[in-house]
Amino acid sequence: MENTVRILIAKPGLDGHDRGAKYIARALRDAGYEVIYSGIRQTPEAIVEMAIQEDVQFVGLSLLSGAHMALFPRVVDLLREHDAGDIVVFGGGIIPGPDVYELQEAGVRAVFPPGTPIKKVIDFIEATRQELPAL
Amino acid sequence: MTGGEDGALGEIVDGVRRRRPRAIGRAISIVEAGGPRRDTLMDLIDGTPPPVVGLTGPPGAGKSTLIAALVSAAREAGKRVAVLAVDPSSPFSGGALLGDRLRMTRHSGDTEVFIRSMATRGHGGGLSAAALEATAILGAAGFDTVFVESVGVGQSEVGIMSIADLVLVVLNPGTGDEIQTLKAGVMEIGDVYIINKADLAGADDLERALRHAQLVIPGTEHRAEICRTVAADGTGVPELYAATGDLLARLDEDGALDRRRRVRVTAAWEQLAGDLLRQWLRERGGVPPAGRVRFGELRDRLWALMDEVLGDTGTGGET
Amino acid sequence: MSLSNERSRWEREVVQPVVRRHPERRDGRLETASGVPLERVYLPPEGADGAAYRESLGFPGEYPFTRGVQPTMYRGRYWTMRQYAGFGTARETNERFRYLLDEGQTGLSVAFDLPTQIGYDSDHGLALGEVGKVGVAIDSLADMEVLFDRIPLDRVSTSMTINAPAAVLLAMYTVVAEKQGVSRDSLRGTIQNDILKEYIARGTYIFPPEPSMRLVTNTFRFCAEELPRWNSISISGYHIREAGATAVQELAFTLADAIAYVEAALSAGLDIDAFAGRLSFFFSAGSDLLEEVAKFRAARRMWARIMKERFGSDSPRSQALRFHAQTSGAALTAQQPDNNVVRVTLHALAAVLGGAQSLHTNSRDEALSLPTEESVRIALRTQQIIALESGVANTVDPLAGSWAVEALTDELESRAREYLERIDREGGMVAAIGRGTPQRDIEDAAYRYQREIEDHDRLVVGVNCHEGIGDSCIDVMGFRQDVHDAQVSRVEGVREERDGAAAASTLAALRDAARDPDADLMEPIVEAVRAYATLGEICGALRDEFGEYRQHTVV
Ligand SMILES: Nc1nc2c(ncn2[C@@H]2O[C@H](COP(=O)(O)OP(=O)(O)OP(=O)(O)O)[C@@H](O)[C@H]2O)c(=O)[nH]1
Ligand SMILES: [Mg+2]
Repeated sequence: MENTVRILIAKPGLDGHDRGAKYIARALRDAGYEVIYSGIRQTPEAIVEMAIQEDVQFVGLSLLSGAHMALFPRVVDLLREHDAGDIVVFGGGIIPGPDVYELQEAGVRAVFPPGTPIKKVIDFIEATRQELPAL
Repeated sequence: MTGGEDGALGEIVDGVRRRRPRAIGRAISIVEAGGPRRDTLMDLIDGTPPPVVGLTGPPGAGKSTLIAALVSAAREAGKRVAVLAVDPSSPFSGGALLGDRLRMTRHSGDTEVFIRSMATRGHGGGLSAAALEATAILGAAGFDTVFVESVGVGQSEVGIMSIADLVLVVLNPGTGDEIQTLKAGVMEIGDVYIINKADLAGADDLERALRHAQLVIPGTEHRAEICRTVAADGTGVPELYAATGDLLARLDEDGALDRRRRVRVTAAWEQLAGDLLRQWLRERGGVPPAGRVRFGELRDRLWALMDEVLGDTGTGGET
Repeated sequence: MSLSNERSRWEREVVQPVVRRHPERRDGRLETASGVPLERVYLPPEGADGAAYRESLGFPGEYPFTRGVQPTMYRGRYWTMRQYAGFGTARETNERFRYLLDEGQTGLSVAFDLPTQIGYDSDHGLALGEVGKVGVAIDSLADMEVLFDRIPLDRVSTSMTINAPAAVLLAMYTVVAEKQGVSRDSLRGTIQNDILKEYIARGTYIFPPEPSMRLVTNTFRFCAEELPRWNSISISGYHIREAGATAVQELAFTLADAIAYVEAALSAGLDIDAFAGRLSFFFSAGSDLLEEVAKFRAARRMWARIMKERFGSDSPRSQALRFHAQTSGAALTAQQPDNNVVRVTLHALAAVLGGAQSLHTNSRDEALSLPTEESVRIALRTQQIIALESGVANTVDPLAGSWAVEALTDELESRAREYLERIDREGGMVAAIGRGTPQRDIEDAAYRYQREIEDHDRLVVGVNCHEGIGDSCIDVMGFRQDVHDAQVSRVEGVREERDGAAAASTLAALRDAARDPDADLMEPIVEAVRAYATLGEICGALRDEFGEYRQHTVV
C-alpha cells in the first residue's frame, strides 16, 4: 500500500519571512501531499514534537536569518534522540555553499537555495520516499 | 521502526500503552492507512475510549482557537488531553494543508497534550475515516479527553455525531449564521451552541435566534445549552469547559451517552459489514451469473451466520 | 486661470521662496547631454484643461502632490542615498558608523538583529544562532552607549529599523543623547515603529495589536512634545510587497495602515497637524518600471486626498507623502547574481522617477547572503550613476503626461481605493488584520506569482529562461559565530553591575503604567532604560501585562 506522504514545513529561528515556507507548503499540498505548516518562530524542540505527533516522513526547514548552522543540526539531533531519526530533514533559505556541505554532514538530507523550482523538491521527496518503510 | 510483522505492531501498541508520542503518532498513521494492519493493530488496542468532545461549525468560526483554550482549561483541571484536528483533503490533488494546530502552539512543550492533524482523504461527513480508531488509540494512551475538530461546511457537520459523545456547534455573530445554520440542519446535532467571537457585534441577535429555535439535545428532552465565548482571549471558556463536564455527566446518568455509543458502534458494524461484502465481491470477480442466486436461501444462510458470529452482541453494549 | 498663468503663480509663490533658501544644483547640468536646456517642470500643452490638471496632478510641491512633494525636487538636491548597515556587536557597528561619517555620510541607518527586534536579550534561549546576525545586538543602554560612542547625536540623523520595541530603542537613543549633553529637540532621525505591517507581512511583532497601537501613539506624542525633528514612524509597504503583495496591494495596505495610525492618534487626543507632518512612508521599488512609477505618484495623490478629505487637514506638511524607497529584494535571483545589478538599476530608476526622498539600493548578492563590501559599493554607485549621468534628475516628474503612466496612476489609485473601501467596511485595518484578510490577499498573490514563474507564464531571466549560461561565482561573506558569546557575557555583566533594586523598581513602575490603559508608557520606559534595565526585561514586563501576539497564519 502506498503511504500517504506527510510533510512538516517548519520555521525555526526568529525571522518572520515566511513567504517561501508558505509557498512550499501550498505547492506541496497541490502536489498531493499532506502538509502541516508550523508557523514562525518555532524552537527545534517544538518542531520535533510536531513532527512526531504528526508522524510526518519529512521535515522541511526554512530559515532566512542565517541561524541555520545552529538550528538545523539541532533538529536532526533531537529527532534522533526521540527515536525518530528516520524522519527525513531537508532545508531551504539563504545558505552559503560551505554551510550546505556541513549541514549535509550533520544529517540534513538536502538543501534548496532560494528560487528552487518546486519540481526539484517534489523529485527529492519522491526519490526519498522509496526508502521509507511501508505502513 | 519497521513495519510488516505483528511483532512491530505489538511494539507500537506497547509504546502506545507506555504513552510514547512516537508510538502514538505511528499508530494513528497505521489506522489512517487502513487495511489489514489497521485491523490487527486495533485488535491489540484495549481500554474504553475516553470522552470525545466534537467541535463543528463554519470555517473560521474559531474552532481551533476554542479547542486551544479548552485544552488550557482541561490542563488546569489536571487532565491529559488529546486533539484530533481534521481538515479537508483536496478533491483534485488529494493533498491537504493541515492548519489547525497553528492555533494551538501555546501547548507546545506540554507532554501531557497530544495534537494530531488528519486529512479527510475523501471520507465524507467532515471527518477522517480513521478518526474513531484514533480516539481509541488515544484512550489506550491514557488521555482523559479527546477534542475533535471537524470540517464544518454545509451538511457535513453531522459526521461529528459518529464519533463524539458531546457535540459543540461553534457559531459567530454577525455572519448570517443564524439563518444558514438553521437551514443546514446543524441545529439537530448540537448539545451546546457556542456564540464565539462574542466580542463582535451581533451576539445578542444570534443568541435570541438560538433561543427562539428551542433547540433540543439529540435523543433527550433537554434544552441544548447556549454559551458565549471569546476564544481569542479565553473569555467564557472556563464556564464552557465546566458546562461540558456537567453535561457529559448528566447525559451519562440519563443513559443518553450509552445510547449514542451504541448507535455509533452499530454504524461502525454496518460500515464494516458493507465494506467486507464489497471487498469479497470485488476479489471474487462479482456475483454468479444472474438467475442462479436464490435470495431466500442466501438470506437464511447469512442470517444464521450472523447469529453465530455476532450472537446477540449487536443489541448489547460495546465490544 | 490658464495653465501658463498658473505656472507663473506657482513659480512666484511656491518655487521662488524655496529656491531663495535652497538654490537649484549647480554641480550637475540642468540640460540634456547634447545641451538642450531642461525646464524645471513640463506641463500639458497650452489650451489643455487647467482645472483638470490641477485636480489630478497639480504642480510639484502643491496639492495633491502627484508630481512630487517639493517644487524643485532633485534639481534642488538629490535624494538621500541611505544604505543601511549594522552587524555583530555594538562596538563593530560603531566603528563602521564612524568610518562612514568620516567619509562624509551624514545619515546613519541601523539594522538590529532579530532578538533585539523581538525584545529578547542575547542570552535568551530563542536568540540561539541569531545574535548579531541580521543587524546589531542591543541588550541595554550600555550597548547603545557603545553604538553611538563618539558620534555627535546633534549632528547626525539616525534611522532605526525597529518596530515592536521601537519605544525602548527610542528611549535608549534619547538617554544616550542626554549623556552626551545633547538636547532632545536637536535629535533628528526616524524609527520605523510600524507594527501593523509586522502582523501582515514581516513577523517581528511582540504584543497584540491593541497595546501595540498604544505604544505607537505614545511614541507619537513623545516625539511631538519632545523630539520635534524626529520622524515618529515610517509606514512601510516594503515588507508587504516583499511578502508577495502586488503593487496595488502594497499601496492600499500601506495607506490603510497609515489611516489606522492617524485614527489611533486622533482618538488618543493628538491634534492632526501636531503629528501628521512627522509621518513618513517606506515603499518597495520593483522591476515593472511604469507600474512602480505610477504607484509612487498615486500614493502621493491618495494620501493628500485622504489627509484633506478624510481628516480635514489643510497643512501641506501633513498632506505631503514623503517616502523612502528600497529596491526589491524579492525580485533578485540567486541564479546569475550579477544580473541583479541590472535589476537594481531598474528599481532605483523607478524610485527616482517616482520622486523618492531617500533610497536604499540592494546589493546583487542580497538573495544569497549578507552582501560583501564590493557588492555594497556597486549598489551605491548605481544610485550615483542615475543621479549624475542619467539625466532623469534634471527635470521634475519627467514621466508626467505620458498617457500610459497617467492612465496607470489613475488605475492603481482606483484599484487601491477598492481595497481601502473594503477595509473600511471591515472596520478598519486593525479589524481586517484580525480577520486575516490582508494576509490572505498577500499570500494568494505570492502564490500566484510563484506559480506563474513555475509554469513559465512569467519569465525571469536566469530562473526560468536564459538559464545555464553558468552561474557566476560570488564571494559570499561567511556568517559570524563569535558574537553570541561576547554579547551574552556583556548583558550578564550589565545585570551584575547595575543597581539591581533601582532597575527592578523602574520595571515595577512600568508594569503599573501598562496596567492603566490611559497612562503614558514613554517616560517609564525612559526611566527603566536609564536604570539599565535590559531590552528583554522591559519587553518581558510588557509581555506579562499585554500578552503576546500569536501568528495569524492563513495558508
Ligand atoms: N474577534 C475574535 N476572533 C476570534 C475569536 N476566536 C477566534 N478568532 C479568530 O478567528 C480566526 C479563525 O480562528 P480559527 O480558530 O482558526 O477558526 P476555525 O474555526 O478553526 O477555522 P477553520 O479550521 O479554518 O475552519 C482567527 O483569526 C482567530 O484568531 C474570538 O473569540 N474573537
Ligand atoms: Mg481550525
